[in-house]
Amino acid sequence: MPKVVYVSHAGDSREIDVPAGTTVMAAALKNGIDGIVAECGGVCMCSTCHVFVDDNFFDRLPPAQDTEEAVLEIAAVERRPTSRLSCQIKVTQDLDGLIVRLPEKQR
Amino acid sequence: MGSGTVIVGTGQAGFQTAASLRTEGYQEKITLIGEEPHIPYQRPPLSKGFALGQQDFESIELRPRSFYQDHRIDLIPGKKVTAVDRGQRSVTLASGESFLYEKLVLAVGARNRKLSIKGAKLDGVLYLRSLDEAVVVKERLKNAQQIVVIGGGFIGLELAAVACSLGKSVTVLEALPRLMSRAVAPLISEFYSGLHASKGVKVVCGASVSEIAGSGGKVQAVLLANGTRYSADLVLVGVGVVPSTELARNSMLPVANGIAVNEYLQTSDENIFAIGDCAEHPCAFAGERVRLESVQNAADQAQCVAATIAGRRNVYRALPWFWTDQFDVKLQMAGISNGHDCVVSRGNAESRKLSVFYFKEGRLIAIDSINRPLDHMMGRKLIAAGVPLTPAQAADESVDLKKLAGSIGAAHG
Repeated sequence: MPKVVYVSHAGDSREIDVPAGTTVMAAALKNGIDGIVAECGGVCMCSTCHVFVDDNFFDRLPPAQDTEEAVLEIAAVERRPTSRLSCQIKVTQDLDGLIVRLPEKQR
Repeated sequence: MGSGTVIVGTGQAGFQTAASLRTEGYQEKITLIGEEPHIPYQRPPLSKGFALGQQDFESIELRPRSFYQDHRIDLIPGKKVTAVDRGQRSVTLASGESFLYEKLVLAVGARNRKLSIKGAKLDGVLYLRSLDEAVVVKERLKNAQQIVVIGGGFIGLELAAVACSLGKSVTVLEALPRLMSRAVAPLISEFYSGLHASKGVKVVCGASVSEIAGSGGKVQAVLLANGTRYSADLVLVGVGVVPSTELARNSMLPVANGIAVNEYLQTSDENIFAIGDCAEHPCAFAGERVRLESVQNAADQAQCVAATIAGRRNVYRALPWFWTDQFDVKLQMAGISNGHDCVVSRGNAESRKLSVFYFKEGRLIAIDSINRPLDHMMGRKLIAAGVPLTPAQAADESVDLKKLAGSIGAAHG
């Protein structure tokens, strides 16, 4: 099963086994990663599942759609080049070891 | 440790109050009590992905069960709070148990407005608000062929889209002259009439439903006052909701179109707050007192009250926003358009990319967007910050909303 590493704003890492097809957001909620709020439930209406994707993985993700790009513009912590909404990242075997860093706040 | 905070209602507002209290560093006891037998879940998917069978219960839980233990939230589902004793500061459950509180948050939500016409209680006339109701709708949709939806608002249209996507014959009966008329401008209503028609949904506006006919206790048709008859083996009703105000009323708390609260979301009793679908609050963006039914309103009000209870007294001033998903089209709404006196648009229905800008006395108050997500997100910033924008600028594609919004800080997400 692919692993995803969540790095909190304080720098603590947690490695979680995530079934392929699950989003990085859903896996975070299920495993009690507190830095993801996911207020809208994963429909690109809020920015509360914002993550910074590790440089080594960013280019391997399918690019963000317009809707996601727009939401990133209102993130509570300003977006960076590797910003994504974790609700839009589906975990695959190819992404095994994916590292995402959580912003200081989501609201 | 004291008696802490008691939250009545396990919907999005109740859940978020409990979660945000812990995020705010609140250390006291938190008791979260709700009538529904389930752990807190998201309501929006019930009339969308859940009804379609694309999402199961686990995927719509707001948090897994372990979250509540991990955050020391005493979750008590399946229990009805029947009385509040403001003198004692306690709530009593139907079971007779009672809980003391220092702060009480009423996040009791709303319930479906029921039809009172002849035949309204026939088997096959369904409503949708709770998970249990959604399970029934989903099950009954499987074998139904002719669906009549009464109500062309968000819920009715989302259900119509679901039923149509499942291959059913669908008719939508709306009493007013156009769809979603209380929420959106005619341009948007027309777009959605066209969208539904293009998928094969029969949309009838100005339809005055007079009776539901049945045989052997089962629904057979919906009749209009003008005599038109629409055969149906399933009728889905979405004609709005009524806020649950009984608990507040019985506790002698003021009630208008919802439990009345001030800008801090406090009732007339400073230890009792009311938030979400059940509460009527003064809204700067609407310019009046409003009661809103949305995830945004529930979550932001919960966050505001949690901060206040945790010691950071907080005026509620979040910008309202909404969405609806019908077929493959998402409508995004920012602000409150009620009372607008001028409407301009960008894009058009043909390209399926359309934004409508609503103005009141020269001020931008709301934007509705179809497939123009940046307009929506920038609109939230512009409206929240009160950035001046003229109707002429709004209609002019060359005016870059992102650049305009760039001059202000990050808006509330």
